[in-house]
Amino acid sequence: MKIVIIGDGKVGFTLTQALSQEGHDLTVIDSHRGALSQAADHLDVMVMEGNGASASLQREAGVPSADLLIAVTSADETNLLCCMVGRKLGCKHTIARVRSSEYLEAQYLLRDELGLSMSVNPEKIAAREIFGLLKFPSFTKRETFAKGRAQIVAIPVHEGSKLDGMPLPQLYKALKIRVLICAVEREGEVIIPDGSFVLKGGDIMHVTAPASDLVTLIKVLELEKARIRSVMLVGGSRIAVHLGKMLCDAGMQVKIIEKDYDKCMQLGDMLPDAIITHADGTSFQTLLNEGLETVGALITLTNIDEQNLVISMYGSHLGVPKVITKVNRLDYEDFMRDSNNESIISPRIQVSSDILRYVRSMENRKDESSMVALHRMVGGEVEALEFRVNKDTQYLDMPLIDVPVSKGILVAAISRRGQVIIPRGDDHFQEGDSVVIVTRSDRKLSDLNDIFDIQPQD
Amino acid sequence: MNYRMIVRMLSITLRIVALLMLPALVIAMCCHENAAVLAFAVTILLMLFISLATNIFKPQKTTFYAREGFVITALVWIVLSAVGALPFYLSGSIKSYVDCLFETISGFTTTGASILSEVESLPYSILYWRSFTHWVGGMGVLVFLLAVSTYAGGKGDSMFIMRAESPGPQVSKLVPRTMQTARILYLIYTGMTVLEIILLLLGGMPIFDAVTLSFGTAGTGGFAVKNDSIMSYSPYLQWVITVFMILFGVNFSLYYLILLRSFGRVWRDEELRFYLSVILVSVIIITLCVLPSLNGNVSDSVRHAAFQVASIMTTTGYCTLDYEIWPQLCHVLLMTLMVIGACAGSTGGGVKCSRILMLFKSLRVETQRLLHPNMIRPVKMDGKAVPDSTIRTLYAYFGVYCMIALSTVLLLSLEGFTFETSVSAMLACLNNIGPGFNVVGPAANYGSFSVFSKLLLSFNMLAGRLEIFPILLLFAPGIWTRAPKQKTHTF
Repeated sequence: MKIVIIGDGKVGFTLTQALSQEGHDLTVIDSHRGALSQAADHLDVMVMEGNGASASLQREAGVPSADLLIAVTSADETNLLCCMVGRKLGCKHTIARVRSSEYLEAQYLLRDELGLSMSVNPEKIAAREIFGLLKFPSFTKRETFAKGRAQIVAIPVHEGSKLDGMPLPQLYKALKIRVLICAVEREGEVIIPDGSFVLKGGDIMHVTAPASDLVTLIKVLELEKARIRSVMLVGGSRIAVHLGKMLCDAGMQVKIIEKDYDKCMQLGDMLPDAIITHADGTSFQTLLNEGLETVGALITLTNIDEQNLVISMYGSHLGVPKVITKVNRLDYEDFMRDSNNESIISPRIQVSSDILRYVRSMENRKDESSMVALHRMVGGEVEALEFRVNKDTQYLDMPLIDVPVSKGILVAAISRRGQVIIPRGDDHFQEGDSVVIVTRSDRKLSDLNDIFDIQPQD
Repeated sequence: MNYRMIVRMLSITLRIVALLMLPALVIAMCCHENAAVLAFAVTILLMLFISLATNIFKPQKTTFYAREGFVITALVWIVLSAVGALPFYLSGSIKSYVDCLFETISGFTTTGASILSEVESLPYSILYWRSFTHWVGGMGVLVFLLAVSTYAGGKGDSMFIMRAESPGPQVSKLVPRTMQTARILYLIYTGMTVLEIILLLLGGMPIFDAVTLSFGTAGTGGFAVKNDSIMSYSPYLQWVITVFMILFGVNFSLYYLILLRSFGRVWRDEELRFYLSVILVSVIIITLCVLPSLNGNVSDSVRHAAFQVASIMTTTGYCTLDYEIWPQLCHVLLMTLMVIGACAGSTGGGVKCSRILMLFKSLRVETQRLLHPNMIRPVKMDGKAVPDSTIRTLYAYFGVYCMIALSTVLLLSLEGFTFETSVSAMLACLNNIGPGFNVVGPAANYGSFSVFSKLLLSFNMLAGRLEIFPILLLFAPGIWTRAPKQKTHTF
């Protein structure tokens, strides 16, 4: 497909990288030459310098014949304008990043004029993810499927714990609940385990489980942590606003530390229930004064990654039960791995998964795609996809043990009439089910029927 | 420096060149040229063997950067020339290996400078290979590699190679994918070559001549299959070649724009306008100059003037008559055209029109800056500001160009030839033209130079074709450093 991306910032670059690997023809437009050079040098894409909202530049970039236009510049207004221009020039689908919640209403009002296929808000998505983690502090990552009924959670395996050295078949016996380990991170590599796999200390396992079993799972694994009642946010960014609202609504005590006075005033206006502190969050003395030692969770959201990492390290050092760090940069994730009480959140990965899902559904050509959700995990190496089973799905009602599912594909969960089943050989797909599939990202699944080895003749 | 990746790319190139040599082998077999059959067969097998043998070095990581791009390009061209020379040597067509090397480098770099005084007695297959090197070298063997090999062409890093091999100050893609871009370039290239072959056949040229001369025109090379170059062909055929030489000297991205029907952008292209006006003005001046010597025959004068101007400006190097006898003004004018060269992104050599144009514009801005010291005014090409880094590279290019030119002339003068011979030999090789003046004039050849001078001129040809920097960087200290062994980080 021909895709034009306007804005080559962090989100833009991640998207470009992901979409280019999926085999699409990309043209990237940005007004800064410096930002473009990285994409031009390392990705097989065409770059153009200039204002993406200019019609002549869009024409030159081939927007009129493009399948999709994605506007992810730093300014919402530019993004919306880019999409309107692109739409007028004849681009079929447009996606804009719109960050300010003030524009939500306007977007709704102008939906016909804007003609957006999708609008994404990375900060809101990130806030939602952080909120999800705070509800279950035992897990370092949590993805939800089937309207929240099925979950994939990341659990670190500690050395010397009872999980260390345990083969998978025994694990299922020991846990006494049906869960499925769908991916294991070991020494920077990702393994999709089979029956003979043995866990080792230092691994991070990604477990699929019904939401209702999560509490039992925590109990069995002795991962219980006190419920988080108070949260400290360092940095009053947009994520802090979204997150603060969610946390206050959930009845948690929220304290936000922000060093810019005007921003503090705005935050105070928007979040009346939160305590807004005008102080420098990078000073450890300030953090102690504000009661860092007593909070249940520390979340670092400043705009500078290095600051976030250092403040988080300090928080862990003091023994804060849950520390979440926001990281924007691309290069850090490789060596910053989640540990037992620290999680790393990267808004751009979330957004690019959402857009990837949209693009793959577009490719599918069917009027209504069966893909419901796509989550990229473990730094984007593994994907968990949710599909709806419809009448076109093959091998309906056949026991899974007889279905030729391709190698490297895991059927992680089936959701049927509000019930989540962790499938075994005798389970089957039924029309109306939601199915969660886990696989490596290079498989590029776009339809449920792609998981079968042999396509039966119609 | 990612050595294994460099070896891998060389290995793939050898395989592809072995493939490209097959038609020559077939011709040799059909014409029962036994020595040539053996020579081609041995060369092809040798290349395949080396390619397979080096295949065992699996690169640990396949990413590479600008420095690898330069080194790959330079080494591919050197290795290519070394093996491309083998058929000449093994078949006994050319006696000394240095001469073979000179001839092959001259072929691949589309120079067309020859050490042979007599070509008509050579086997057909050897003549075919000699001309075919022009065709491959014109668009670039690495661009061909990018077009056919998913291993090389499907990567983001491939632009480093494309930039290092394609001529011009600013190399850009036509479409998002490098592989697609390379394919489009070769498609246009092949299409135009076939068109020329057909037009030449229509004019009654024998098929072998039509094919080889079209290869020479397409690559703007200049190897002919007759001793007197193009002299003995009919005026129609000479006109066809003239037009196609000019066409192959145009930036190929403009042809893509024509295919896309954006004629406006082609028409407004400043480089094309400059290129065509220089040709037009030169043809008029030279026509006026040579009218007396051709007994006032206007059509002959225009034809010869146009042919020579096109041939020299596009750095092809065919000739329809011995311009040695023309007045001095024509000599100097032709020498100037040698330096200007064809358009960027074409198959031609020289400094390139866009560089000259940019230089003029930049010099004008700099002069104005003397009057208004704080003035800010970007240099503009086609209405777009040229980045300062491009201008800086441009000046560096001119600096290095002049230094190489001067030192080459200095070293050539050891031979004791006239000043005009030394200068024109240097210009003809550095700008990939072929014939110069006096001793190396259109009716003569490079056979009388010493081994040292031949190697020096070979270096000049390579430097000229690859626009100096890739070749020069091979000698840069620090480029051959090996990274300390460690876990690799990729992002």
